[in-house]
Amino acid sequence: METDIISKLKEANLLGRGGAGFPAALKWELVKKAEGEKKYIICNASEGEPNVFKDRFILEHYPQEVLNGIDLAFEAIGAATAYIYLKHEYFQKYGGRLKKLIGNKPIVLFEKPQGYIAGEETVICNLIEGRRMEPRQRPPFISDKGLFQCPTLMNNVETFYFASKINKGEYKNTRFYSVNGEVKKPGVYELPLQATIEQVLNETNNYPQFDFLAQVGGGAVGEILSKDELGKPAGGAGSITIYNLNKIDCYKLMENWADFLLNGNCDKCVPCREGIYRIKEMAAKKKLNKEDIDLIFNDLEKASFCALGRGAPTAFRGLISKMEKIQNGK
Amino acid sequence: MENKEIKIKIDGAEYLANEGDTILQIARKNGVKIPSLCYHSDLEPKASCRLCLVAIEGRKGFFTSCSTLAEDGMNISTDSPEIRELRKKNLELLFAQHIERCNSCVRGVNCRFLKLAKEYGVDLKKYDDRKIKYPNFQFGPSIFFNSSKCIDCRNCVEMCEKQAVNFFDLQSHNSFIETTPTKDPKRDCVYCGQCIIHCPSGALSEVDSVPDVEHALADKDKYVVFQIAPSIRTTLGEEFGMEYGVNVTKQTFAALRRVGAAKVFDVSVAADVTTVEEANELIERVTSKKGLPMFTSCCPAWVKFVEFYYPEFIPNLTTVRSPQTILGGLTKTYFAEKEKVDPKKIVVVSIMPCTAKKYEITRKEFDVNGLKPIDYVLTTRELARLLKSHDIDLKEMPMEEGDIPWDSPTGAGIIYGATGGVTESALRTAVHKLCGQKLEKIDFKQVRGMEETREATIEINDIRLKIGIANGLGNAKKILEEIKKDPSKYDYVEIMACYGGCIGGGGQPLPTNKEIRQKRAQGLYNIDETKEVRLADESGTVEKLYKEFFTDKNIIHKICHTHYSQKKKENKF
Repeated sequence: METDIISKLKEANLLGRGGAGFPAALKWELVKKAEGEKKYIICNASEGEPNVFKDRFILEHYPQEVLNGIDLAFEAIGAATAYIYLKHEYFQKYGGRLKKLIGNKPIVLFEKPQGYIAGEETVICNLIEGRRMEPRQRPPFISDKGLFQCPTLMNNVETFYFASKINKGEYKNTRFYSVNGEVKKPGVYELPLQATIEQVLNETNNYPQFDFLAQVGGGAVGEILSKDELGKPAGGAGSITIYNLNKIDCYKLMENWADFLLNGNCDKCVPCREGIYRIKEMAAKKKLNKEDIDLIFNDLEKASFCALGRGAPTAFRGLISKMEKIQNGK
Repeated sequence: MENKEIKIKIDGAEYLANEGDTILQIARKNGVKIPSLCYHSDLEPKASCRLCLVAIEGRKGFFTSCSTLAEDGMNISTDSPEIRELRKKNLELLFAQHIERCNSCVRGVNCRFLKLAKEYGVDLKKYDDRKIKYPNFQFGPSIFFNSSKCIDCRNCVEMCEKQAVNFFDLQSHNSFIETTPTKDPKRDCVYCGQCIIHCPSGALSEVDSVPDVEHALADKDKYVVFQIAPSIRTTLGEEFGMEYGVNVTKQTFAALRRVGAAKVFDVSVAADVTTVEEANELIERVTSKKGLPMFTSCCPAWVKFVEFYYPEFIPNLTTVRSPQTILGGLTKTYFAEKEKVDPKKIVVVSIMPCTAKKYEITRKEFDVNGLKPIDYVLTTRELARLLKSHDIDLKEMPMEEGDIPWDSPTGAGIIYGATGGVTESALRTAVHKLCGQKLEKIDFKQVRGMEETREATIEINDIRLKIGIANGLGNAKKILEEIKKDPSKYDYVEIMACYGGCIGGGGQPLPTNKEIRQKRAQGLYNIDETKEVRLADESGTVEKLYKEFFTDKNIIHKICHTHYSQKKKENKF
């Protein structure tokens, strides 16, 4: 008998490609084992962060693989309905084609409201249910009580894509990288998981000839790395954005990040709603109160309701420490 | 108990608790202080203010105690330099959005928010107020929403949702998702004021009528009469640091005389009139089997709810006016005539537990001889402010009686202030009238309680009276939907818009929660117990009134009855 898909996922050690990197096999297993009359699958195609566009690439070129991945999940966990939660732009662009490919399968396309990152899984459940755009208290986790309080499997587009590849025996330990910023050949590249950031830049002929900083893992919350820190694989959502140190406007960049987060957060909890607003205010005035901003970062990391707020300071912290070095060096 | 008992440690001390309780619930129950703003025991934990953070041994990070369930063996610390630092930052950020208008704030000196600022050494002016230019909204003549004080906890949104009113929306505005009155023409405020009770920041308050009343008091040409609602007698004391549920009727009369009242009356007397009229109407409807079920109508938020959301049920509302309206009408007719006071000079000020009562007095259909029965309504909180501004401390007031003729209510008129009270009063009288003999058992304890909906069946001779009681409009909605399916499910339905009835009203002192409501209601039942006369129809005042004044149907109708009509949306922004 053929090995079941969950074992295959486990064997391949597929980690979620949305950013958090949770083992896919474990997630599928949890939902499979969870008790519930009905189960749901959600394919997360919200891809909200700036400079990340590999899910768009997959939807454009390999929609059938993604649907195959969802089919495998149907079989594995016995779900009745699947949703594909699509960013507005993706819904417009790929909705029609996806619908045709779906045919009469129980897969529903759901258009994400604009103006919100809403990649957070409990927010997605709330939105599909027609509730407020807010994260839910966890536990319960969505594998137990997710959409309509039923066990729910949620994976990113790329994860479903690779589930299909793994099932076919075509998986070669690769992932998709969104390479962009001040590079010669921006685009989406499929390269080995273990490739270092430096290797990705070199292999794609994108390694800059100038002093630069790289933002890795997401265009707003991804970490900020200098040249000598690129000897490790790209984490998070697999994006690499290059900033030219000769042209960079650090304050503007921070203001943009803060703006993006402020537009995209749910405004439920104080650190994320008010803390990020104050960061934006300081960046706009080009005057950072070092002591205070550290307290805000600390507050965000330790006291935010969800992962969005907790991860929000990463890029700011990175850039600020680099700014100090740059200024000290000069 | 279905729930398993568990043992947890908070700051080194051991506590027994039930599985399913949150850490904050256990802490509160045991007097352990954990700061919080967005938490209210009536609502789901929001975990949005992030002040109730605690640390749990063996777990990384910090947890909001309001939303974290306690587990057996948990070892919790509620304080540490790190926790204090996070709380302080969150407080600073909260104050950075909230504009301080402490002097005129509904929260006044009881503001938890301000107390926490002191406790944590918060610099209120660390940041510029983010909401400084935010708008004010007024909902009818009842509720004032200063959105620049709002701290986005969304308790009002949830509370209004629970009331099945849904007047608040969350709207996207300049990268924030904010609470705002809805533009939906199908949803309108019913003025219950539960948003005020559940708002931690003072952004929601009643529309202030104190200046109008001060103005009337200063006018030598006016004859200012105060009348106090049944429920405020066991709540006003809280504003002066007294225990929950203490009866302060007599001190209140004394205090009102000190601010310049010409007369001080008790609305409970008119509650007795309402009871007699309502019992008559109930008997009539039950015997003719027409217009059933009959609904109470003394709660003005409920009336507006029916008029706006369920107009098809308007004929079910009793035509009997609310006690405050009847008393105001009587004061400007019967009393004015007796005392030879020009009714045009009389200014009637009602002290009410309620913000919807401010709306009720604007109803044209209540006019008596071209005059409004009531001129102004002050909430319990507003009265406290008025008294304090006159340097009056209720605790130091002597015991004084109310003024004749509206000074002595029966016990039935007192219990109007608690959910089930109107029903019990009407039952006492209806049963008495139907049986024609003295009641052996006056208490109808089956209709008492704090459960959100209750049912009872009362057998009187060969009549079986099916009674439904709900407090909270969400529960009222459930009852209405039941009746839609089964029109004969109930004969008599009492609805109070606020949890616990008027003792939990939108105009009552802050804080208000389940335990407090229970104590306030108990206070009313305690007064009832001590009353010699506990049946409205046995009230000497009522008897005299019917003998001397209510001699024909027209005059009774003019003072005591009314009609209602479908309402269009009143609050458009």
